[in-house]
Amino acid sequence: MPPQPPEPMRLPNRIPGRESALAAVIVVMVAALGLRWPQFATLSSLRDVLDDTAILILLALGQMLVIVTRCIDLSVAANVALSGMIVAQLEQSHPSLPILVLMIFGMLAGSVFGAVNGLLVWLVRVPSIVATLGTMAMFRGIVYLISAGRWINSDQLSPQFQQEIRDTWLGLSMLSWLAIAGVALIALLLRYTNAGRRLYLAGGNPAAAAYVGVQVGRSQFNAFVLCGMLAGLCGYLWVARFAVAYTDIASGFELQVIAACVIGGVSIRGGSGTVAGVLLGCVFLGIVRNALPLVGISPFWQMAVNGLVIVGAAMLNEQASAEQPRRILEPDAK
Amino acid sequence: MRIAIVAKQLGSGYSDAIRKGGEQASAELGKVQMIFTGPSTPTAEGQIEVLNTLIAQQVNAIAVAANDPDALVPTLKRAMQRGIKVISFDSAVSPEGRIVHLAPSSDALVGETCLQLAQAAAPGGKGKIAILSASATATNQNAWIAAMQSALPRHPDLQLVATVYGDDLSDKSYREALALLKRFPDLAVIVAPTSIGIVAAAKAIEDEHLTGKVFVTGLGLPSELLGHINAGSVKSFALWNPIDLGYSAVTLATHLARGAKTGPGATVPLGRIGSVTFDQAGTGPMSKPFIFDGANTAEFAKIF
Repeated sequence: MPPQPPEPMRLPNRIPGRESALAAVIVVMVAALGLRWPQFATLSSLRDVLDDTAILILLALGQMLVIVTRCIDLSVAANVALSGMIVAQLEQSHPSLPILVLMIFGMLAGSVFGAVNGLLVWLVRVPSIVATLGTMAMFRGIVYLISAGRWINSDQLSPQFQQEIRDTWLGLSMLSWLAIAGVALIALLLRYTNAGRRLYLAGGNPAAAAYVGVQVGRSQFNAFVLCGMLAGLCGYLWVARFAVAYTDIASGFELQVIAACVIGGVSIRGGSGTVAGVLLGCVFLGIVRNALPLVGISPFWQMAVNGLVIVGAAMLNEQASAEQPRRILEPDAK
Repeated sequence: MRIAIVAKQLGSGYSDAIRKGGEQASAELGKVQMIFTGPSTPTAEGQIEVLNTLIAQQVNAIAVAANDPDALVPTLKRAMQRGIKVISFDSAVSPEGRIVHLAPSSDALVGETCLQLAQAAAPGGKGKIAILSASATATNQNAWIAAMQSALPRHPDLQLVATVYGDDLSDKSYREALALLKRFPDLAVIVAPTSIGIVAAAKAIEDEHLTGKVFVTGLGLPSELLGHINAGSVKSFALWNPIDLGYSAVTLATHLARGAKTGPGATVPLGRIGSVTFDQAGTGPMSKPFIFDGANTAEFAKIF
């Protein structure tokens, strides 16, 4: 009998129970909303929610990769704005370019900005929260500089630039399909590739990772580049969806992205988090933010409810991690 | 008589439009030479340099659209000491730095105009309307909303059903607009007195294939709304007309230089625009907001 390949490393800190609980909460929430506001539980309304959540899902997937490696990317929304502006300007100057080319260009641009974050963290060893706080302001500044503060408006963007993501296939928009594809690809990456597994190791126990020859900084760099690439894609998607590009698009959106990760059970301490959890976190947040305006409560309550949900999820996370057996060795700082 | 206009910045479509209006006024007034100037970047420092030159030239009056309400005050005080009549327009200077301020419009006029636009957009001139604002704490937005509410009794055919807040974020405004469409299936008009909200609401209506059934109006820039005017989701909207603003600034400055009085309650004629009446703080509104529609939006979109 040939020697068995070593068992694949178990994904650390997986909490399947948590995901089913979140899924149950979502189902109950939709049902309750549907009873009180029947127009919310219709198929077309739920499609609108998925459409509205697609960009959040893609960004949260990228953010999750970064958080798993014990970093954080605060510049992700600024990256969306910058990549979006670059794609919009490219579209304006070369309206004949196919959308696919624009999309790939946006992803490339986003990757470059993500790589800036990654290099700062990997080679310069700036803590990611500081590095990305800086690049966040930088990216927004660059959007202003390259656009001279001017908006690019719907009449300056070609109809197909705006239409492509709205085209439907099997009842769902291309925007929704892109999010679904993103979920599948990232899930495969994390489950079946070495690079994906290393992200968990690098974040879960950087000291041990270094002993087994995993370059923690390199993994963090990879996570930032991937996160940037997804942000670049979302740059195009955002501009196409809202048909306008200007300095402040997606302003403050990084906080929603991080919130979706936290609600989905990604540990802000690194090393744990699942694609399914992030997806559910996004859907949950998507339903909350689409339902609240429908309920018609005051804008101040809307903010409070959003905050409560995040604090509640973070508390659940703490409890879940407290239940786990203590590690024998506390991980060193990297 | 030499009247100087100091724009926030030279070279923008907006300041070119102000110059155009100023030229119309000086031609109409007669014996008025307009000096149109401003810094190349929109800074208070740049404006101070320009103002110093104008003081040295001993112009008769200066009308300035300030890049900073306070930074210009010492320089403008010096100008007034030399007998130059100083007014601010569009963007105000603190009261001690100018004789009067010409505001593009007033809260009450904005509120009334928004309702008139809503009535014009609503099929049959009646129906349910909802307001999509920026943030719930935005002072100017809340003043306009209050003005709309107090003007509502004059528009009995309009029923205000909700006021929602998009926080001047594209995605939140879009979501709030979608929710309005679901909550009120018979909604006729969304009034958005904010440039980000009006664009997001128009896009939401187009995406929901409700163009021609629900309309969007409010305050916005022609360049930002041209696409939605063409798409049909916006019939008309309002904002100040920079040409009228330049015209009124030159007219007002000339009248002051010719000795017009400006105490509280004083009224100064503004030629084809009408007249302006000043309040206790020396601020006067030029006129109702200017209405842009299918006929003129494309032309103004080239300006701002």
